[in-house]
Amino acid sequence: MQNKEIFINIIKFLILVLFQVLLFNKINFLGYVNPYIYLIFILTFPLDGNKTLLIFLSFLLGLSVDIFSDTGGVHAAASVFVGYIRPMFLKFSFGVSYEYNMVKLNKTPMGERLTYITAIVLIHHFVLFSLEIFSISNILLTLKSTLFSGIFSILLILCTLILFGRKNN
Amino acid sequence: MRQIIFFFIRNKNFLLFALLFIISIAFTIRSHSFHKSKYVSSANFFSGGIYSASSSVSDYFNLNAENKKLLEENIRLRKLLHNVSDVSTETVLDSTIIPSQYSYIAAKVINNNYGRTKNNITIKKGEKDSIKLDLGVITSKGIVGIINSVSTNYATVQSILNTNSQINAKLKKTDHFGFLVWDTKDANVAQLIQIPRVAPVIVGDTIVTGGKSTIFPKGILIGTVKDFTITDDDSYLINVALFNDMTNLNHVYIIENKNAGEILQLEEAINDAE
Repeated sequence: MQNKEIFINIIKFLILVLFQVLLFNKINFLGYVNPYIYLIFILTFPLDGNKTLLIFLSFLLGLSVDIFSDTGGVHAAASVFVGYIRPMFLKFSFGVSYEYNMVKLNKTPMGERLTYITAIVLIHHFVLFSLEIFSISNILLTLKSTLFSGIFSILLILCTLILFGRKNN
Repeated sequence: MRQIIFFFIRNKNFLLFALLFIISIAFTIRSHSFHKSKYVSSANFFSGGIYSASSSVSDYFNLNAENKKLLEENIRLRKLLHNVSDVSTETVLDSTIIPSQYSYIAAKVINNNYGRTKNNITIKKGEKDSIKLDLGVITSKGIVGIINSVSTNYATVQSILNTNSQINAKLKKTDHFGFLVWDTKDANVAQLIQIPRVAPVIVGDTIVTGGKSTIFPKGILIGTVKDFTITDDDSYLINVALFNDMTNLNHVYIIENKNAGEILQLEEAINDAE
C-alpha cells in the first residue's frame, strides 16, 4: 500500500466508527432495525492488501464499535470472521479475475458487486445477532434481525459506495 | 523446530483469526454475566467523552420536552409539600439532618439503547460522584435499571430492557410479588412473571417495585397491567406497559441505599451458615 492509501484507510476507519456509533446505532427503525455501515471498511479494503493486516484491522474495527455500544465482543467476532473469509467471497463473486488483481470494486458489474456485498453483510449479521441474542430458542428472532438489518445495511452500503465511489477511481 | 515455525508462517492468517475470534467470544461471554462486563464498556474515558460531546449538541433538540417533564415533577412535589401540615415544616430541627435510608444523585444520560436484546445506558456520573455498582436508577416517572459498570467519570446502566435484568416487583394494591423481565419485543412493554394465581389482577392495575432487594426502595412506579395470561405453572404472565418512555431518557436519579452493605452482610452470613 502506498502512503496515500494508508492515510485514506485510517480516515475511513475513524469516520465509519464515529458515524456508526453516533448516528446509525440510534436509528432503531421499527424498534430494532439498525444498519451496520462500518462493514464498508472491510468491503472496500484494498483487494490486493495484506490479508493478515485485514484480519487484525477488522478486529479493531469491531472492538471499537463494541466499546461504544456496550455489546461485549459481538461486533469484533463478526467482523473478524468476515475479515477472514473475505478472500473466499471475492473469488466466489468475481471469479478467477480477482486472483490476478484485475478487479476494482467500483468498476465491477452491479450483479457481482451485489452478490459480494450481500454475502458478506448477511454472514456478518448472522454471526453478530447469534452472539448478541445468544440463545437457540430465539433462532427466529436471530433470523428476523439478520434479514431486516441486513436489507437495511445492504441498501445503505450500496448507496454510500455509489455516492463516494466515483471520486476514488 | 523449523517445521513448527513453517507451520505457523503458513497458517498465520488462520491462527490470527482463531486467536482474535476466541478473544471476542470471551468478551461476549463475559459481558453476558452481570458483574464481569468491565473490560469492554462505554463507561471509559474515551467513548464517554465522545458520547458526552455528542449529547451536549443533541440535548438542545429536546430542551422543550425536558423542561415540561421537570415542570410536571415540580408540580407533583409542590402538591406533596402542600399536603404536609404547616406545623411540621416550621419545626425543622436546625443543625441536625434526619438520617434517611436512601440518598439520590442526579445524572445525565449520554447514550441510550433500546433496539437490541441487551440494552445499556451510559450516564455522566462515575466513581468521582460516589456511584457504585448495583445502585438503582430511576426517573421521575419510573425505574430505568441498575448500574453495571463504573469508571472515574462515567457509568453504564443495565436497562430493564435487557434480557439479563430481573427486578423484584409487586402489585401496588396487594403484596404479591414477582419478577420483571423483558421479552425483547416492545421497548415500552415489560413482563411480570411468577405472580401467584391467587392474586387479584385486573387490567390497569399499577405495578411498583417490591423493595425485597437492597437496590430499589419499595413502591417506585413501574407501569400498569396491559394484559395477562396464566402460564402452565399456575402463575400469571403479565404484560406491563411502562410509565417511563425508555426511548426518551435524559435526566435520571441514582438511588443509594445506605443500609445496603449491612443488609447484604447479614444475608451473606445466613447463607454461609447454611
